[in-house]
Amino acid sequence: MTCPFQRILDPSHRANPYPLFDELRATPVARQDDGTYVVSTYREIVALLHDPRVSSTRRSLRDPAFIGLDPPEHDRLRHLAMRHFGPPHNPGKIDALRPDMLAITTGLVDALAGRQRADLVDEVAYPLPVAMICRLLGVPREDESTFHAWADRLIELIGPGDDDDAERERERQEVADKLDRYLEGLVEERRREPADDMLSGLIADGGMSQGQIVRTGVLLLIAGHETTINLIANGMLTFLRNPDVLARVHDDPELIIPAVEELLRFEPPVQFISSRVALADIAVGGVTIPAGAPIVLALAAGSRDPGHVADPDTFSLDRPRNEHLGFGGGVHYCFGAPLARLEAQIALTELVRRLRNPRLVTDPPPYRPSALLRGPRHLLVEYDEILPAR
Amino acid sequence: MWRFAGGHAHLVRVVVDLTRCQGYGQCVFLAPEVFRMREEVLLYDLEPAADQREHLLRAAAACPVQAIHLDSVAPTEPGESTYTGKIVIVGGSLAGARAAETLRREGFAGPLTVVSEEEGEPYDRPPLSKQVLTGQVPPEHTRLPRVRELDAEWLAGTPASGLDVAAKRVLLADGREVGFDRVLLATGTRARPWQNEAEAALKGVHTLRSAHDAGALREALAAGPERVLILGAGFTGSEIASVCRELGLPVTLVERGPAPLFGALGGVLGDVAAQMQRDHGVDLRCDTTVTALEGDADGRLRGARLSDGTTIEADVAVVALGSVRNVEWLRGSGLAAGVWGVTCDAGCRAIDVNGLVLDDVFVAGDIARFPHPVYQYQFMTLEHWGNAVAQGEIAAHNMISDQAHRWPHLAVPVFWSSQFGVNVKSVGVPTFADEIAIVQGSTAERRFVAAYGYQGRITAAVTFDQGMWLEHYQRLIEQAAPFPPGDAKAEPARVPERLSAGAAATVVVTGHDPAERRVSLIHTPGGVTS
Repeated sequence: MTCPFQRILDPSHRANPYPLFDELRATPVARQDDGTYVVSTYREIVALLHDPRVSSTRRSLRDPAFIGLDPPEHDRLRHLAMRHFGPPHNPGKIDALRPDMLAITTGLVDALAGRQRADLVDEVAYPLPVAMICRLLGVPREDESTFHAWADRLIELIGPGDDDDAERERERQEVADKLDRYLEGLVEERRREPADDMLSGLIADGGMSQGQIVRTGVLLLIAGHETTINLIANGMLTFLRNPDVLARVHDDPELIIPAVEELLRFEPPVQFISSRVALADIAVGGVTIPAGAPIVLALAAGSRDPGHVADPDTFSLDRPRNEHLGFGGGVHYCFGAPLARLEAQIALTELVRRLRNPRLVTDPPPYRPSALLRGPRHLLVEYDEILPAR
Repeated sequence: MWRFAGGHAHLVRVVVDLTRCQGYGQCVFLAPEVFRMREEVLLYDLEPAADQREHLLRAAAACPVQAIHLDSVAPTEPGESTYTGKIVIVGGSLAGARAAETLRREGFAGPLTVVSEEEGEPYDRPPLSKQVLTGQVPPEHTRLPRVRELDAEWLAGTPASGLDVAAKRVLLADGREVGFDRVLLATGTRARPWQNEAEAALKGVHTLRSAHDAGALREALAAGPERVLILGAGFTGSEIASVCRELGLPVTLVERGPAPLFGALGGVLGDVAAQMQRDHGVDLRCDTTVTALEGDADGRLRGARLSDGTTIEADVAVVALGSVRNVEWLRGSGLAAGVWGVTCDAGCRAIDVNGLVLDDVFVAGDIARFPHPVYQYQFMTLEHWGNAVAQGEIAAHNMISDQAHRWPHLAVPVFWSSQFGVNVKSVGVPTFADEIAIVQGSTAERRFVAAYGYQGRITAAVTFDQGMWLEHYQRLIEQAAPFPPGDAKAEPARVPERLSAGAAATVVVTGHDPAERRVSLIHTPGGVTS
């Protein structure tokens, strides 16, 4: 039988990879045939996320964004981007977007009225994060159809694939170039006519080269909506599969806060990190990962490690200290985590409150192809009616 | 007397375990009115307005290392302890309060009494030298959250004056006696006063330990003094100097050693700290002591004479010369207690003057002198927030557990400080070293990780604004990993000679028959603090 990780990559296991992640944890640090080491237990993943001998540098890329860099250059570029997103320079920026998030969500849910069936991926989970990241970055909403297809395709092409050949790499480069050229155009526009958005801010700071601004823009545009879409869709799917959870969140809206944390643990939108390399021999989990070896950190397996969390395969709103790997950890901890949390909290609260008697049409739903950024392609639900907004 | 019951739903209190915090900043994003961040320095109001409740819930849930504690929001099922004796905790600050919570969490249902010298509920001290002194948070906004219902008798405002081990009684200063089956000693420390009582009584001379001290010092700083003189450049003195500069006040910092923080971090990082202080405009005088504080006719401080023969004009002085352990009340108790603290085993059980372990007397927090296996079983006291919490919890657990289920206090020490906009964190014991190496970042940028080694193995690490890496080095310390890690270049550590505070202990042995041989402790005045 092939290694569990290879089967996790196989699209036929997309609907429920967790039994395979369980199998994977039996060998906490598992060497693959190609020399990659897959790490799947909580403590070992956390150790490597904080190990300075584990590199994120992508030497193949020109001007990689901070996600593909190590300190100190990583820290410098991430700080520059953070100036326009959060603390210390802009601490209240994301919290102040909550009214906008609610208004957009309200509009999206209003549009579900007058019928009894909707696709919550296409109609809510996708458009909310896209609208927010476009607004923050300064990307025109009307270009959505242009970059949507590229972003989706790029997601399918990054991360380990079953056909990791030259053709795949060529196409990945081609799609990445298209996104780069699109962002280059926007950056040019902002240089001529600055606006109140992140691209204009990055230009005005002067700390990033043109290439770095473009790469940062592409990163945030893709990461800003290809992940939260899954968090929201996985959220409704999980609620509808657990009627007691749905009822409790409906009756006590504050419970959406632990609910989203539990979703990040239980159905994480980012299932693993596949881009790290050992810079030295690293002893972890009784195995020595040799210098130069690629490392995959199986976050979804670590967050369900029974050695870390009791009763890991149960979705619970009552975990007293829910420490999970949903957003990774260490210096590369998800840049947009606060945005994703608030978007998911608001979207799920409104869906739970306003869809009367919602139920799944198909279970499991069809999934998007990526094993890395995993979520439903569609989430068809039926409901009796849409209740009015507050 | 009032009962510490908690449960006021309209109040929200918060405390961040900055020992765990790695500076992810998620709390700042989600509750920007409560938490503030400067690079990695996190400051916050422990008792924010009630309308911040939802923001706080979001922030606490989002913390990637779950370091944020709120008033009990979701009570957990208590454990199944079967111990039924009467427990008394002497000391109502962090270690004592955490011990009380742990006893109840583990299911202890018997009578519990807490004896506390200070009035009021337990509060958090680290903010006192930071956001309280700057005026961002009032001193009364530092009460610790009530993590769970305690159901304890809380005797506040009454210090303990004696311990009768044989009769199992705590004697109080007001003459009352409190009986116990098991007792926890957690009376902590107080600020070491200026040696000359008359000079210490001058108006304008301060120490900083309690919330009351912090309120008085805040008032003095807010009045805009001409110059502030700080005696001692340890963490407290350096933090106060940082606040003074933030407030635009001229400050002179006088340090006996060769550099600030020398006693805790050694000379290499001491030099980094010295440059940082001077860059921020601190008038730093190392290898110097204050020989006298001078007052005017009204009894107001007007300056000081220094050991180098110079004088300083200052209208406010802060004596930050370390602390004194509150153990005098144990004199004559038969415990091995003195200026070095109260000696105990790794399971927090007190050791008597003869060196015998007592089964019913436990010690935790700043006064506990315990053997640490990671550091060659040397006995040490750790005056750190994280140690008070961890040791309080271990002591409480052991008090209600039988021998087979007791835990050793094996936590690798962690502490933090914030000064001049930089978050300083330490893991291990930096003074337990012969070499040091900068293993990540740059001291010039004051963003770095320094590793400390002793005889070829790593014993500590200190970060300046690089807190996320600290847990990696903690793991290396726990594994006795080789030093220096990787290809880093090591240099002499320049740490102070370790003084054994226990050297102050003098005993006399009497008796001949093994059944009769006993020790008496000879008490001498003074002594060292480390």
